[in-house]
Amino acid sequence: MPMPEWLRIRRSSDAGVSDAALWTKCPSCSEVLYRRDLAANLDVCPKCAHHFRMHAFDRIASIVDGDFTEIGADVLPLDPLGWADKRPYPAKLEADRQKSGLTEGVVTGLAKIGGFDVALGVMDFYFRGGTMGSVVGERITRLLEAARSASLPCVLFTASGGARMEEGMLALMQMAKTTAAVTRFIEAGNFMLVVLTDPTTGGVSASFAFQADVIVAEPKAMIGFAGRRVIEQTIRQKLPDQFQTAEFLLEKGHIDMVVDRRELRATLIRLFEYAAAGRRVTGSNGAVRTVPTGVDTQ
Amino acid sequence: MNPIVDREKGLLELERRIAELRSANAKQPVDISAEIAALEAKYALIQREVFGELSAWEKVHMARHPNRPTTLDYLSQLDRFDELHGDRQIRDDPAIVGGFALLAGRAVVAIGQQRGRDTKENLRRNFGMVTPEGYRKVARLAKLAVRLGLPIITFVDTKGADPGIGSEERAQSEAIARCLYEFTLARVPIIATIIGEGGSGGALALAIADRVVMLEHSVYSVASPEGCAAILWGDAGKADEAAAHLKLTAQDLQRFGIVDEIVPEPLGGAHRDPVGMVGRVLEVVATALAGFDGQSADEILEVRYRRYRRLGAWQDGLREVGGAVP
Repeated sequence: MPMPEWLRIRRSSDAGVSDAALWTKCPSCSEVLYRRDLAANLDVCPKCAHHFRMHAFDRIASIVDGDFTEIGADVLPLDPLGWADKRPYPAKLEADRQKSGLTEGVVTGLAKIGGFDVALGVMDFYFRGGTMGSVVGERITRLLEAARSASLPCVLFTASGGARMEEGMLALMQMAKTTAAVTRFIEAGNFMLVVLTDPTTGGVSASFAFQADVIVAEPKAMIGFAGRRVIEQTIRQKLPDQFQTAEFLLEKGHIDMVVDRRELRATLIRLFEYAAAGRRVTGSNGAVRTVPTGVDTQ
Repeated sequence: MNPIVDREKGLLELERRIAELRSANAKQPVDISAEIAALEAKYALIQREVFGELSAWEKVHMARHPNRPTTLDYLSQLDRFDELHGDRQIRDDPAIVGGFALLAGRAVVAIGQQRGRDTKENLRRNFGMVTPEGYRKVARLAKLAVRLGLPIITFVDTKGADPGIGSEERAQSEAIARCLYEFTLARVPIIATIIGEGGSGGALALAIADRVVMLEHSVYSVASPEGCAAILWGDAGKADEAAAHLKLTAQDLQRFGIVDEIVPEPLGGAHRDPVGMVGRVLEVVATALAGFDGQSADEILEVRYRRYRRLGAWQDGLREVGGAVP
C-alpha cells in the first residue's frame, strides 16, 4: 500500500531508524523478527500472533481506506499545575514528542473505512503511556462533536494508563468531559464503537471506553479499572496470567468480541454496515443515502 | 497513623486540664482564673500554629480523620432519611448509602460513600471503597430520582473505587462509566459535596453535578497521593510530595473552576464541631438547590454540559484555553 499523503507529511519529521532497530524480538515467543516483516504483518508476530503495541499512525494507516483528515491537531498541552518532579512536565512532553513523533496521546480525525465516512480516534501508548490529560479529552470531545454534527459513526482505539497525573484534577475532569460528549453523540442516535488495545485502564476504561455501543478488544490486551500492580499490592498475592485480559473480559461478559488485528478492518466494516443498515442515514455531504443491508466484504 | 490525630493529642490533653482547673476553680477559695486564662491563651496559640495553615498533605490527613463527619452523619441530620438498598442484581454494597430524604422541606434522593467510623464498620463498609454493585445502586437511585423529578444530593468520601479481583470481574470500569453517563443526563438538579476524601474516578462517579461544594479541608484528587507517588516514582512513601504537586485542596480546585463553593471548617477541623458543621453544609446544599427552582431540565442540562465541556487547560493555536481562573 503506498504511503498516503497525510502520513508521508507526518513521517518526514521522524528520526532516522538505526541499524539496531531493524530487528526486534517477540516478547512472547522470543522469535527474532525483521521489523519490516513485522510492520507488513500489522505488528503481529508471524510466528505466535503476539500483538505488539501499535503506533497511532500505523494504526490509522492499517484501518483507513486512504485519506485521513486530522481534527484537533492545533490543540496542544499546557502545564496548568506547573508540575516538576525529576523533570518538569513540559520536558516530559517534549521528550515524548521526540520519541513518538506525536504531539499528544491521541490522534483524531475523519476518514473512510470500507467506504463509510467515520470519525476515528487512536490513542498511542508511546506518548505519556496514553494517559488522558486536557488535550486527549478536548480532541476526543471535538471528534465526537464533529461526528455528531455530520451523523457519522465514531470508532475510538484506546491505549491508556488512565488519567495523567501531571494535570491533576483537570485530567480527571476529562472523564466527565468525554462522557458529556459521548452522551450527546449517542443520544442523537449515532453509533459508537470502541476497540480496546493493550493496555486500557483507569480513567479511560471507566469513561468513554465502556460507554460505547459495541466494544471490541485485541487478543491478550490488558484491560481493567485498577492496574495489575495496584491489585497485587492491595491483596498481597500474584494474579493469574489470564486476569484482566481481553479473553477474560469476553468470558465475563464485559466486551462484545476479541478480534485479531489482521481481521480488524473487515470486522469494523461489517459493524458499520449493521449500524447503517437499519435506517436511512445522513452522509457527511448532507445527502440522505440508503445503505444496503447486504453484506459486502472486501 | 494519622499525624493530625497525633497532634491533637497534646491539645486534647491541654483541653482536659483547662476543664479540670475550671471545675476546681469553682469549688476552691483561691482564685486561679489567671492561670486558666494563661493556659487558654497557650491553647489558642498552639491550635493556630498546628491548624492555622495546613499543607496539602496535612489536609489529606484531615480529610481522613477517623472522627470527621461521614455521609451517615449528614443523612441522619436531614429532616428525614429512608434508606433504599441494593443494585437489584447481586447484592447491597454497604460502601454506598442512599435513599429518599427531606432537606429543608424538600424531597430529594441522597447518595454517598460511607466509610467506617471504627475498624469493625470499616471492614463491613470496605473503607468506603465502592464495588460495581455500589455504583450500580447509585445509577439505579439516580434514575429513580429522575423518574420522580427529585433533585439528587451526593456526599463524596472515598479513597477510590475498590481495586479488588471481584470488582474487576464484575466490571468496575463499566459501573463507574455508567454512573458518569446517568449523572450527565439526569434531568434534575444535582449538588455534590466533597465531605472528606475524593479519590479519583471512584469519587467522580458521584460528583458530576450542577454545583460542587467542598469542605475547607477536604481533598479531591486524580489519584490518592500514595497511588500517584507509586505510579510516577514507584514509591508510595513519597505521598507527601505527590500531595503538594497534585493541587488537590478545595482552594486549588476552586481556582480551576472544578469546585464552586467552599464551606469553612472550625479551627482544628470539621470533627471539632460535627453537628454544627453538618448543619452548615446542609444549609449550603439547600440554598444551592433552591437556586434551580424555576429552571427547566433542558436549561439545567445545557449549563451542566457547558460546565464540563470547558474543563481542562490547553493551547489552541496561539490561544491558551482554560486552566486556573485568574
